[in-house]
Amino acid sequence: MSQSTKNISSPPRFRLSAIFDALMPVFATIAALLVGAIFLLLLGANPITAYAALIEGAFGSFNALAETLVKAIPLLLIGLGTCIAYRGSVTNIGGEGQMIVGALLSTWIGLSFTNLPGWLMILIAMLAGSLGGAIWGGLPGVLKAYFNVNEILSTVMMNAIAVQIMNYMLRGPMIDPEQAKAASQIPQTARLEVAYRLPRLAPTRLHIGLLIAILLAVAVYILLWRTTLGYRIRAVGQNQAASKYGGIDVKKHIVLALLLSGAFAGLAGMMQVYGVNYRMITDGSSTGFTGNAGFNGIVAALFGQLHPIITIPASILFGGLLVGANAMQRVVQVPSALITGLNGLVVVFVVSSEYFRKRNQRKRMAALEASADNEPPDRPGENLGEVTA
Amino acid sequence: MISDLFTATVIMGIISSGIRLATPYLFAGIGEMFGQRSGVLNLGVEGQMLLGAFTAYFVVLRTGNLFLAVLAAIAVGALMGLAMGFVTIRLQATQGIAGIGFYLFGMGMSNLLFQKLIGVVENINGFPIIKIPLLGDIPVIGEILFQQNLLVYLAFLLVPTAWFVLNKTTLGLKIRAVGENPEAADSLGVSVVGVRYFTVILGGILSSIAGAALSVALLNVFQQNMTAGQGFIAVALVYFGSWRPFGILAGALLFSMVNALQLWIQVLGIPIPSELAVMMPYVLTILVLTLSLSKGKGPSALTKAFEREG
Repeated sequence: MSQSTKNISSPPRFRLSAIFDALMPVFATIAALLVGAIFLLLLGANPITAYAALIEGAFGSFNALAETLVKAIPLLLIGLGTCIAYRGSVTNIGGEGQMIVGALLSTWIGLSFTNLPGWLMILIAMLAGSLGGAIWGGLPGVLKAYFNVNEILSTVMMNAIAVQIMNYMLRGPMIDPEQAKAASQIPQTARLEVAYRLPRLAPTRLHIGLLIAILLAVAVYILLWRTTLGYRIRAVGQNQAASKYGGIDVKKHIVLALLLSGAFAGLAGMMQVYGVNYRMITDGSSTGFTGNAGFNGIVAALFGQLHPIITIPASILFGGLLVGANAMQRVVQVPSALITGLNGLVVVFVVSSEYFRKRNQRKRMAALEASADNEPPDRPGENLGEVTA
Repeated sequence: MISDLFTATVIMGIISSGIRLATPYLFAGIGEMFGQRSGVLNLGVEGQMLLGAFTAYFVVLRTGNLFLAVLAAIAVGALMGLAMGFVTIRLQATQGIAGIGFYLFGMGMSNLLFQKLIGVVENINGFPIIKIPLLGDIPVIGEILFQQNLLVYLAFLLVPTAWFVLNKTTLGLKIRAVGENPEAADSLGVSVVGVRYFTVILGGILSSIAGAALSVALLNVFQQNMTAGQGFIAVALVYFGSWRPFGILAGALLFSMVNALQLWIQVLGIPIPSELAVMMPYVLTILVLTLSLSKGKGPSALTKAFEREG
């Protein structure tokens, strides 16, 4: 990061356009909200009333803010995994499945051992959740690295498999004994011991997972930019041939990127159980358990330009959009599904804005060369990190 | 019990509904194949299907006109394809991530419109069964193959048509050239951008029809997220089928037959976990992708944006 701030001598207008580049995701979100305003008008709702209700519902009260933060936790964890994977040039869209497997494994352990000290079980469960996610993410990694199986496809398939395993476990082996006896047969597990619940931070639903996730964001930053492992993952992401030539085990680092990414998703699944619901319940779909966090977390990470620290506020923003959407639905009678649609547009706009960012960057490079400045240009490998410096 | 599965009626039922259920996979899979053969991976198929399913269903609900419904779905699919094309071809956005964006957009919008404009699940009269004269009277085979609805027939006709277009026409040659070596194609005067727009819009249209097939020809109802991952499977089928129409057909039938089997297992109350049956095609796809020798032989320029030098 520090290397990229070298060209202090470059004219100020270039720096201005660099700031403009850094704000691209913000513009993309504003653009998506403007498109949303058009939809709101078409549906007969006043966009200003609607968005005011959304902001009020997301950040307007202590409780609203707490709910927003609760929603932000899985988004941040998935987002951190996304930062690692995408920096390593592997597209992990298996967050949903990895969350589910992490949740299943940690819930199973929590229900099997009922007389451990709370802190110990929470620690074990966090490890179990991460392990479950790591297995579910690592397998596509092995398939990609050693069998040349496209990870986008395998992670999608693994999502579907995880959902079926969840449905099977919650309808069968892991079903709440009460439900097994009752006629209703609701596919849910028993409740976890009270002692096993993640401690709450305030008299709201907000739990300690938020602090853990923020600490992990810092850890991911250090991992990616201050350790050899992180450097290698990014090197493999930038240029596989060069990394191989430089003596990096490319295959191993592809597996590690997906495995780590999965571990974060698995932890997100564990926290959803131990911090929010205290049991697992299924409606037959993955969204029923994850609330689509496996995809929305990717949105947050992209918004955060794949930088773990910027992904923190990005997750809070998108958590807020999701929570606020319900308030908007109540006030202007426009279904909260609008926000899912707009999240999609944010993704589309953010990836499209790369085009303009790259074009600006090329212009800057050309100008630098033209000015016959002997200073070396920015390291090309640091593109994404640079704008966030 | 399990032996119930092996009666003639049940086997015929499984094959017949398996053929019906292959319809959305075929439309969406063939559409995706054209895009990929020209170098564009569209991961937004699921979103396009959901919007197509909603559009067609809505039009039938309001007008009762099935052909208008399919036309409307085609229009929506073309628009979605155009948007995907603009973002990935003109703006050279990362194809995989842009596709996820369009997936979320299609899912959100179809849910929004359904809740706002309809709200309750309501059955409609979808495409009726057309019995092909003479062929439909053949015992067993006639019942299975020639007593289906129009969209089912069209989906199966699409396979040889796609094969012909891809392998025996100039257009197909251009598509393959653009997907294998866009620079060479460009130097020979083929419009890389034009060909890619064509295939991506075609893919959007076919995905949208795939969704419409679900809502107005197979299930005759719209439910939120009714595609349940079929769009993603369609993308996987293209890899599964090694980018060839008949390979996609084989994969589509595998998935749909297992689906049909699973439905019958539930109907007959056989004590095999239905989840296991639902899971099998996914496990199988991963295994096939892992073990197949022809994999990795996809279009060389797949997911690579094209930009003319200078």
